[in-house]
Formats: sequence, C-alpha cells, structure tokens
Amino acid sequence: MSDKINFTQAYNRALDEAMAADPTVIMLGEDIGDKEGGGVFKVTGGLSTKYGTDRVRTTPISEQAIVGAAIGASLAGMKPVAEIMLMNFITVAMDMIVNHAAKLRFMSGGQTSVPITIRTRTGAGMSAAGQHSDMLEAWFCHTAGMKVVIPSTPADAVGLLRACIEDPDPCLFIEDALTRTVSGPAPEANHILPLGKANVEREGTDVSFISYGRPLQDMRKMVDRLAEEGISVEIVDLRTVSPLDTDTIVKSVNKTGRAVIAHEAVRSFGVGAEVAARIQEHCFAALKAPVLRVASKDVAVPFARKLEQEFLYKATDIEAAIRQTLEGSTSR
Amino acid sequence: MTTSASFTSKDLYEVYKKALKILIVDENIRGLIRSGAMHPVYYSPRGQEIVAAAMGVHLEPTDYLCTIYRGVHDQVAKGMPLDVLLAEYFMKVTGACKGKGGAMHITHPASGVMVTTGVVGSSMPIANGMAWASQIKGDDRVSVATFGDGASNIGAFHEALNMAAVWKLPTIFLCQNNRYQECTQYADSTSCEKISDRAAAYGPNMVGVSVDGNDAEEMWNAMRDAVARARSGAGPTLIEANTFRYMGHYFGDQAPYIPKEELAAEMAKDPMIRIRQQVLDSGVATEDDLVALKAELEAEFEAAVQFAKDSPEPELDEVYKDIYGAA
Repeated sequence: MSDKINFTQAYNRALDEAMAADPTVIMLGEDIGDKEGGGVFKVTGGLSTKYGTDRVRTTPISEQAIVGAAIGASLAGMKPVAEIMLMNFITVAMDMIVNHAAKLRFMSGGQTSVPITIRTRTGAGMSAAGQHSDMLEAWFCHTAGMKVVIPSTPADAVGLLRACIEDPDPCLFIEDALTRTVSGPAPEANHILPLGKANVEREGTDVSFISYGRPLQDMRKMVDRLAEEGISVEIVDLRTVSPLDTDTIVKSVNKTGRAVIAHEAVRSFGVGAEVAARIQEHCFAALKAPVLRVASKDVAVPFARKLEQEFLYKATDIEAAIRQTLEGSTSR
Repeated sequence: MTTSASFTSKDLYEVYKKALKILIVDENIRGLIRSGAMHPVYYSPRGQEIVAAAMGVHLEPTDYLCTIYRGVHDQVAKGMPLDVLLAEYFMKVTGACKGKGGAMHITHPASGVMVTTGVVGSSMPIANGMAWASQIKGDDRVSVATFGDGASNIGAFHEALNMAAVWKLPTIFLCQNNRYQECTQYADSTSCEKISDRAAAYGPNMVGVSVDGNDAEEMWNAMRDAVARARSGAGPTLIEANTFRYMGHYFGDQAPYIPKEELAAEMAKDPMIRIRQQVLDSGVATEDDLVALKAELEAEFEAAVQFAKDSPEPELDEVYKDIYGAA
C-alpha cells in the first residue's frame, strides 16, 4: 500500500474496509454501482463488483426513497450507507432525515435506532453555482439526534467514515468536492477515530484556530510562516461538528485567550456562531479579544469564477482575522 | 400461517375478532378523551376496522409495519399489546415510547410496529428499507406501509413505489382510501379514478388492486395475495382498500365538509354491523359467543387503562435520554 492517499481513495477505502468487516454494511445511492461507473465521483468504484449488487445498490433518482430505505433497513438490523450525490439534493430528503432518522430513537423511547451514514459531497470553488455547492451542515447540527462529521485530511476521512458507519446513530458525513484529489499520509488498516472528539493537531499559545474541513488546509499552509513571525496558533480540528466537543474548545481558548473560527459555510446563524457562543459562555474571563468568525458571504453561491471567489471565505481572511484578534481590535 | 387457503367462516371470525378489538379500543379512547381522562392528539379510524383486521390476520409478528398517525387500528391488528399502548396515550413512562412519542408515534418492535409517522406519505420509503433488508437476509418477512388516499399525492409515494418495483421488494402498500384527504374530498385532491390505477405506472413488477376494504372476504383475499406475492419474491402490491372515515380528520372535527347524505349513507352500512351479522349467519359463532367476546375485549381494555393510570409519569431526566445510543 502506498504511503499517500487522496480523499477519494480514503472514502473508498473506508467503505471497502467496513463492508469487509461487517456483512450488515450495505450501500445505496445514485450511480454508485460499477455498471454506472462507480459513482459520479468514483468514490464507490469496485465495491459493487466486490460485494454484489444486493449490498451495493444503484438507486433511482429518489432522495426521499434513498434515505427512507436506509432508515428502514437500519430498523431491520442493517448498517446502511446512503450516498446523496450532492448536498443540495439532501433538501429533497429533509423529512426522512429530520423527522425520522434523527428522531426515531427518541420518539420510540429507545426501542429503535437508526444507525445510518449519509455520505454527501459539496463545496464551492468549481463554478457549480447555487444548487450544487452549498455547505448546509448547520441545519443538521440544529437537529437533535444527528451527528455531523467533516474530515480535513485523507487519514481522518478513513477513520471518521469508519466511525460513522459503526456508530449507532444517524451520521451525516460531508466530503469536500474541491479538494477530493488532495493527498496526505495513509493511515494504518482499520483506522477508526472517535466521534464527538476534536483534535488539537498543533499546540500553540497565542490564538486558537477552530475549524473543520477545508479551512484547515488553508491554515496548515500559513501556520509555520505565522510562527516565524512569533504568532503561535493552536489548531483545533473539530472533526465532528455535532455533537460539538465543547471541552476541547474551552480548554484551548482558556489557554490562548483568543479564538478565530472558520468555515466555508455562510456566516450567519452558522456553526461559527454556536462555537463563539459557547466560548463566551465558558471562557469569558480568559478572553483577551473578541472571538472572530471567518466564513463565506451570506448569498447564494455564484457561478462566475470571479464572483464565486468573492463569495468564498479566503485564506487571507483567516490570516487577517488571526492578526486582528492579536491586535484586540473590535472593528471587524 | 397458510396464505393460499380460500376464505372460510373461521377466517371471517378471526377478522371479526381483530376488528371488534379495534372498535372497542377506538370507542373507549374517544370516551376517555371526551371525559378528560387523557389528552392525546387522536385520529380515529372508526369505519376502517375491517381493512386493518384483514391485514393483521395475514401477518406474522415478525413482519414489519409502518403506519401513520391514524394508526391505532393497524397497531392493534398487528398485535400491539394494549397496556403499553394505553400507557403511552396516558403519557406514562410505562408507555411503549416512555411518553416521548405519543399516539402519533407508537412503536413496538416486538409486535412488528416499527414506525408510526406523523408525516403524510413517510411510511412508504421506510417500509421499502425493511423490505430490502429482508431481501438481503432472505428472512421471508414482508413489510407493510399503510397510508391514506391523500398520501398517494405526495412525492414519497411515487419514489417509494418506483423503487419497490425496480427492486421487486416484498413491500405491501396498503392505501386506506377513506375518501377524505384530511378535510378535502377525494375528487378535489386526487386525479385518478382509483388509487390502484397508479400501480400501472410502475410496470409489471407492481400489482395494483382495488377492493371493498369494508368487506372482510374481499379485503382478506387481497391481503392473502399480496402477502403470498411478497413472500415468494414476486414483488410489491398496491392495495386500495376502499373504506370510509366516520369521525372526521382529527378528534373533535365535526367534519362539515362531508355532505350529510353521504355520511348517512355510509353510516347505514357500518362495516362493523355488517361483519357481525355475517359472523352470526355463517354459524361460526353464536350471539352468546359474540357477547362473551365483547366482554372479554372490554375487560382487556379496562385492564390496560388501569395499568396506564397506575403507572408513574416519566421523570424529567427522560428528556435527556435516548438522544444518542452508546457508541
């Protein structure tokens, strides 16, 4: 096995390992079989050939029926992994996710549970415009009973997707479309990470950078340069966005006294707001500067590359926020 | 249970027993609500008893049921015990869902009541998933999704029936056409003459039948065929069981939208009166038998109510339980 692996290979590997380890793991989604090319994004390539079309099923274009079938199969003892090709299409299945997957354990008084994983893909930066690019994770974080997971490295992608599949509850696993070919170190076989645990991937003393998914890739490119300037950034990768690992965030911000939160999703009413609220609730006395958020603009994702880049948060926004919080400015 | 036999007086009696139990449960629940003894959000199935009873007699406890908010007839027909059912209505911790689901979300996996949904149309996609699991495991179970005529107008119906046909799933789509989509008449909401006409859209893998759901023999035959077809791997069936809803959409609904003549005509052919006479005419039971049966079922209901009343309410910490399982 090569010591490098990209995100797409990571997802495929996690699915392959999970299906090999547990015969109750089954998959469904549009175009996911090898006959259809192994998925529009090739994540499921080879799996229907290896495990059969009973367990790896290409579906009609029917998001309600896909998520509904995953829910039903899970109630009957299976561990389904449903692929919703793009996150915007998940809107078609909201009833199944919000009213059923997330709530059946609670509403049944714990008699039933819905151990499904919904894999979906999204992210701006490819001129796919307003219905193929949205980061909608906050909606699902706002829904009790759901778990929301977004990996920032290929190795984490393997470990977190395996964890979602093994988890006893419905997990939404979000894959970044733009960085799908980015490579990183490959993990050991059967690498499984805990859900609900953030990862302090680099310790620092001046400011906590709290994020998930793509912005962490931006931070990793600037953190050494900032360190050379004497700015010591502690990088906290949430990994699981919900349920949120408040303890790790609080510990970090109590140490550094400053926090910058970054996500690709639009700014308002987003995950950043929730993280900032928890920081002020738990770390008020330790804060040396206002908590800042870096996010994309509160508009639909535009098509033209120039406009799309204006919509998206930028790496330079992250750097500016880091510097601003160190200056203690409140003018942002 | 044999599914190929033809309808006998013994089968009629089995349907009647379940239907009478449903009637007693429904009438008593409405009485308890009227008296202020309990406060569930309730949707009476009065008039639809035969449909559910004839379904129930063909199913094993291990078969799966996804029903809807108007579902107490389906749940009782599937074998749901009355004590945990009533305790849930009474908001007690001994209720099937510990008081966290209520009448609209009754769940009891031991009797195969897997989901009761409060969202119109949502029973169907989920039933498919259980049927898919059975297909993979080869466990011979069937999955039944019940829903009303109005639910055949929501997108989930189309998605679910199409998927079931493409995959030849052992799913039975049991549409209880009670002629009113909430407060809207059938013709004002539904384009086709018969719900079963819609089955043709799903090709040869989907069989569609319309029956008088209030007729025990017709309904029993339709379920027998659908269950046999599903168990044999031949695929799904859409059954349109024509029936009528006597009590309005929700409890307390005076149903001014139902023409008086229509209601009177339906009341005059109450299926519970008809089946009772059929049972007596068949000679399978005597008047004394039926009186004794009713007393027995009333006593079972009373015992369940007593259990519910004697049970404690949930502790507040129940709010914080059953959100996630132990990873």
